[in-house]
Amino acid sequence: MNQTSDVIIIGAGVIGAATAYFATQQGLTVTVLDKGLPASGTSSACEGNILVSDKELGPELELTRYSLGVWHGDLAEHKKLWEFESKGGIIVASRESSLTSLERVMAAQASYGVVVEKLDPDALRQAEPNITPDALGGASYPEDCQVQPMLVAAHLVRLATEAGARFVADTAVTGFLRAGKRVTGVTTTRGDFAAGAVVNCTGTWAGELAALAGVDVPVLPRRGFVMVTEPLPPMVHHKVYAAEYIDNVGSSDAGLQASPVVEGTPSGSILIGSTRERVGFDRTVSIDALRLLAQNATALFPFLAEVKAIRHYHGFRPYCPDHLPVIGHDERAPGLWHAAGHEGAGIGLSAGTGKLLAQALAGMTPDLDVSPFTPARFGEQARNTSHREEATA
Amino acid sequence: MNDTTTGRTERADVAIVGAGPAGLAAAVAAAESGAAVVLVDAAAQPGGQFWRHRPEGIVQERDGRGHHGWKTYLDLRARFDAGRERGQITYLPGLQVWMAEKDDAGFTLRTTPTVAGPVGGPAVAARRLILSPGGYDRQLPVPGWDLPGVMAAGGIQAFLKGNGSLPGRRFVIAGTGPFLLPVAAGIAEAGGQVVAVLESSSPAAWLPHLGAAAGVPEKALEGAEYAAVFARHRIPYRTRNVVTEVLGSGSRGSSRVTAVRSAKVDAKGKVRPGTERGYADVDVVGFGWGFTPQMELPLSLGAETRLDADGSLVGVVNERQESSVPGLFLAGEVTGVGGAKLAVLEGLAAGAAAAVRDDAARAAPGLHAMARHRRFAEAMHRAHPVPAGWQEWLTPATVVCRCEEVTAGQITEAREMLEARDARTIKSFTRAGMGWCQGRVCGFAAACLGQGPAAPPSAESLSSAARRPLAAPVGIGELAALEPSDS
Repeated sequence: MNQTSDVIIIGAGVIGAATAYFATQQGLTVTVLDKGLPASGTSSACEGNILVSDKELGPELELTRYSLGVWHGDLAEHKKLWEFESKGGIIVASRESSLTSLERVMAAQASYGVVVEKLDPDALRQAEPNITPDALGGASYPEDCQVQPMLVAAHLVRLATEAGARFVADTAVTGFLRAGKRVTGVTTTRGDFAAGAVVNCTGTWAGELAALAGVDVPVLPRRGFVMVTEPLPPMVHHKVYAAEYIDNVGSSDAGLQASPVVEGTPSGSILIGSTRERVGFDRTVSIDALRLLAQNATALFPFLAEVKAIRHYHGFRPYCPDHLPVIGHDERAPGLWHAAGHEGAGIGLSAGTGKLLAQALAGMTPDLDVSPFTPARFGEQARNTSHREEATA
Repeated sequence: MNDTTTGRTERADVAIVGAGPAGLAAAVAAAESGAAVVLVDAAAQPGGQFWRHRPEGIVQERDGRGHHGWKTYLDLRARFDAGRERGQITYLPGLQVWMAEKDDAGFTLRTTPTVAGPVGGPAVAARRLILSPGGYDRQLPVPGWDLPGVMAAGGIQAFLKGNGSLPGRRFVIAGTGPFLLPVAAGIAEAGGQVVAVLESSSPAAWLPHLGAAAGVPEKALEGAEYAAVFARHRIPYRTRNVVTEVLGSGSRGSSRVTAVRSAKVDAKGKVRPGTERGYADVDVVGFGWGFTPQMELPLSLGAETRLDADGSLVGVVNERQESSVPGLFLAGEVTGVGGAKLAVLEGLAAGAAAAVRDDAARAAPGLHAMARHRRFAEAMHRAHPVPAGWQEWLTPATVVCRCEEVTAGQITEAREMLEARDARTIKSFTRAGMGWCQGRVCGFAAACLGQGPAAPPSAESLSSAARRPLAAPVGIGELAALEPSDS
């Protein structure tokens, strides 16, 4: 036996890192295991969004607002470490029909307490002078922010280790230690680790890991491409996206979708996102994805046609069929916990997820009811394969 | 933007990337074996870096002064031009490949103009692909290397070959390897003053490898030629010497190289205290620490790689120059840095093999000669290693990634505090390698710094530094004008 701790956290992505950080804050002894280095998975292949503007009304928006409070509260002292930026989001409508639906969404969001402000064409042009002349208006979301997600994960792991946690890199979990039904630890490529609680924070791999424990957690990958331009003087000042983005986020369509999300970064590069397609873990670069990104981005910001892309990257958003994350204790395998499946919102939701889970791990009642995210919603039986089939259909 | 050029597809049996010694030879061999060939090259005229010459339309002079193997070039060029006249070779200069794809039918290359124009480049589709993109000077950071006037040794040579003039007056050439010799000789012959050539290794390092070197007598002749040039121009050649700092003066923004500090080092590259000296009145410093093969296209197609004797990531090939990806052939520096003669032999072998329709075994030409050159190259690599102690020449403030202005101190901190131990993680946490050059200049150094001073970087780390999903910058307007795929 390598070591015994109160909690084992599998995965040093942003969710695992935040959980480790808050668990140590609760006074728990923590071991973090990762098959590679911190932020090697989806945390390193995303845009670092902390968005309220794109959330469906309901439990996810509640979690988002709670998480936003944690970013600005508990984690405020560390903002500089991960380049926290309150850049604000702007949704742009270029068609009458999308303007109408945007206005409807805005009203609903406002009723849930989201800060949102209507932008008429003049105000929009003042906020984003290089926006397409076709823009009819928009909505401003001053609460939307951004972080450098790899630095979030790496620094939260570091802060956790400074508070007593142990981080073990390059260590893959191969199975679970059991005492009857109960999960009592993990077997790994570097020996066994025991703990009272094991937390599955493995993002897109969460389903595979859960299967090792004999439970079904249907987390599936949804691929997204992001394109990065050459460094430029400031041309795009907010996170700017098209009204259609909101429809795509909640969609289960397997086909390639792309709606423009264009934003400037402190380095001068502009990020152009993002596609959504369900193609499993296919890493083949898709010409169609790049073309769609380019077409949509130039439609939003015509000057981009003359700008060069210097790289692109893709990641796999971990999502559940009902588009809600899985957070909490798994009664089907007592001792096993999950925090995964945050889809495209994992960075923003990490702070809140970590804090709530740490409260629960410490035996407290979490600040926010996490029952909508319970693993039990996937049924009592051992994992079946129907979700996998759905993914490849 | 939506011009027919963007949507055009050139089709051939064999597509070749690069018109240097390997690519030119490959094109000739494939065409002479009966294949239809398309050759894509970033430059405006054939020859690559090695046979770079002044613009053919403007300068008539084609005597190849200052070029080695110029006769070989003229021969290949004549056969290349003949292939074009027969309609067998389609030559597409001035295009960079930004992406290569493979499917059941073969390979597709996406291109973009090297010099940005109003339209994008055509696509190239072929059943077989030969990649011979060459390499570029490997660079190591040193305090002051981000000053204007610091160049890659190969950059000075390219400047001279391409313009017929020099980028400065008084030069210090430093680094390691036989390539420093022709660079210094070229400067001296063109009228520049070489204040010193500082070689971090020692000629004694050659001795154990002379057996391998003896198989390639022409290399000894080349060496004798350089020795004569060095003697004629009184160029000091100082072994076990390195530049420890480049000094500049002038206000920020207009400062420029004025001097260098050097020191003697031991076999591990550790500075010997008390041996420091300065070279004043220097306006150009040229660094060369060997070469880095351009691996982004082979990597993007999934070709198997290995670490070569010089620490570079290179592609694995069989005796027909075919990689682990069926139909993908590699020739020249991407299979291991070995000089132009080896590159030509590899190109000829790859061209002949790629032109054969079935996979019937066909003896590749020049196998013995290739083996001799490879032994020689390996001996050279072992005699001229990147000194293990180079990281100690840095201060925490030394800039490692010039595009993003990331310092050695930031990288060390990421390694020590944030577990950033490979080039990919270093890049994620510090932005080293995220700028315009995408880590082409600092990738090797960042991988070394991620590993720490104890060991050279692993193949995995180098491979993460060399993976570039866009092999060249491409206009977003060009991407928007791409044709939708068939499927």
